[in-house]
Amino acid sequence: MSSDLLIEVTYLIATALFILSLRWLSSPATARRGVWAGELGMLLAIVGTLLNRGITDYTWIAVALVIGSVIGVPLGNVQMTAVPQRTALSHAFGALCVTLVGTAEFYLRAPNIPPFMMAVLSMEVILGSLTFTGSLMAAGKLQEILPQRPITYKGQNFVNLLLLAGAVAIAGVLVVHPDQIRLFPALVLIPLVFGVMLIIPIGGADMPTVISLLNSYAGLSAAAMGFVLNSKLLIVAGALDGSSGFILSVIMSKAMNRSFTNVLFGAFGQVQTSAAGEQEAKPVRSATPEEAAAILAAANKVVVVPGYGMAVAQAQHKVRELCDALSKRGVEVRFGIHPVAGRMPGHMNVLLAEADIPYDKLLSMDEINGDFPQTDVALVIGANDVTNPAARNETGSPIYGMPILDVDKARTVMVIKRSMAAGFAGIDNPLYYLDRTLMLFGDAKGFVGNIVRELSGGHG
Amino acid sequence: MKLDLLTSLYVLMLAGFIGFEVIRRVSPLLHTPLMSLTNALDAIAVVGAIILAGEKHEHMATLAKVLGTIAIIAATSNIVGGFIITDRMLRMFKISSSSKKA
Repeated sequence: MSSDLLIEVTYLIATALFILSLRWLSSPATARRGVWAGELGMLLAIVGTLLNRGITDYTWIAVALVIGSVIGVPLGNVQMTAVPQRTALSHAFGALCVTLVGTAEFYLRAPNIPPFMMAVLSMEVILGSLTFTGSLMAAGKLQEILPQRPITYKGQNFVNLLLLAGAVAIAGVLVVHPDQIRLFPALVLIPLVFGVMLIIPIGGADMPTVISLLNSYAGLSAAAMGFVLNSKLLIVAGALDGSSGFILSVIMSKAMNRSFTNVLFGAFGQVQTSAAGEQEAKPVRSATPEEAAAILAAANKVVVVPGYGMAVAQAQHKVRELCDALSKRGVEVRFGIHPVAGRMPGHMNVLLAEADIPYDKLLSMDEINGDFPQTDVALVIGANDVTNPAARNETGSPIYGMPILDVDKARTVMVIKRSMAAGFAGIDNPLYYLDRTLMLFGDAKGFVGNIVRELSGGHG
Repeated sequence: MKLDLLTSLYVLMLAGFIGFEVIRRVSPLLHTPLMSLTNALDAIAVVGAIILAGEKHEHMATLAKVLGTIAIIAATSNIVGGFIITDRMLRMFKISSSSKKA
């Protein structure tokens, strides 16, 4: 009895530590304390579980803990640009764990499973397996192992809904007849297929929303597992993870002016071809690194708008040098970051922080947008659709209504871009043809490097 | 049994509200570390996997052991990897020297 009580107390403390962990994450000043709280809670819960008297064999547990740690260390040390695919992969691992435990629990308990228990167990297994393959697909697309272009076909939504309905129907049968044990494999297999089909039509720019959504599913499946095992700790952890993923998905889809259903069931691909068709060669003004350096050096306030292109070009360290060179001349440099810049929520902030840019210079879209009219130069690096004024005033544009960074209100706009090719969504950007816009053609890293050289050469 | 279930539903509801309120306050600056941290915490599912792999079962013993062991591996890699990368990211966030007094 006393050891059971002790175990429950470790779970109780762990639950409190998990909540504190997320509470402390609210500010960069206390965030690391949050990680320590989480680690302590995790350690307590695992040690508590190992004291469980029901455990008779520790060999495989020990082996698995060691192997898991060996896999975890390199996964914790990936490059910051690879964090989105690492995150997707870890959603897959979390979902795998939940699905396997759910599957084993079914075979251990069947056919004596009360209806409610079978319902949550079905939810655990359905959400777990679709998150497993869905996250693997997302990771594959982000790692560029799989084609990143959305793949669509006729009747796609119908097929997907049919699969989902099939899985739910089987769950329904099992709730009423838990002795139909041979139906169970379908409860795992159908959602596994559904997970793949769900991510096939998703393109790179939708990844922030999709990763958040998969995060939410992983959390919900863990909470369902908490019901099956009657573990309050697991219910709380799953609910925290689930609500975190949910909140992030809402923020991401708002930032793209799209609903969940639109992200999941309406691939951007269809609009793409029609929008790209009517492009014509309009005149643009371009500038050399020397000219760009002269304009930047004469400015008082500069706002840099980075996008995923900056990360692809690995230009963030050169951007830091530019930021330093301008600050030295008394120019105020800040960064305006769109919520969906990068491939997952907050990705751009991490990449800039890694390049040693202080976080008080990193401002969100809402914080910076009012300042653009007083900004001398807005420097856009590798971002396209999130600066497209068509979202504000062209009702026919596929991105109409999406909140954007108002760079076109700055006195001068500079856009570093490889060529005039359209952005991810394949939509032409009227920003490039404004009189106040200067196009800086070239590789982001090389071009910014040239500007830095000009700035340091000019005044020693 | 029925009472247990109701208590669990209460726990789920309260945790949902707490999660919503706490996570709403996290600055967009830290959304990536937020996701990697919640992911590590979510791997607490490892406790279920440990019991599954360690308990003695009358039937389906091999299945429970194999699935439990793989589940522990998957969850542990999330715990270790998730905490490491979250801490690495958070260490990078520095405030500029001019506004340190705040």
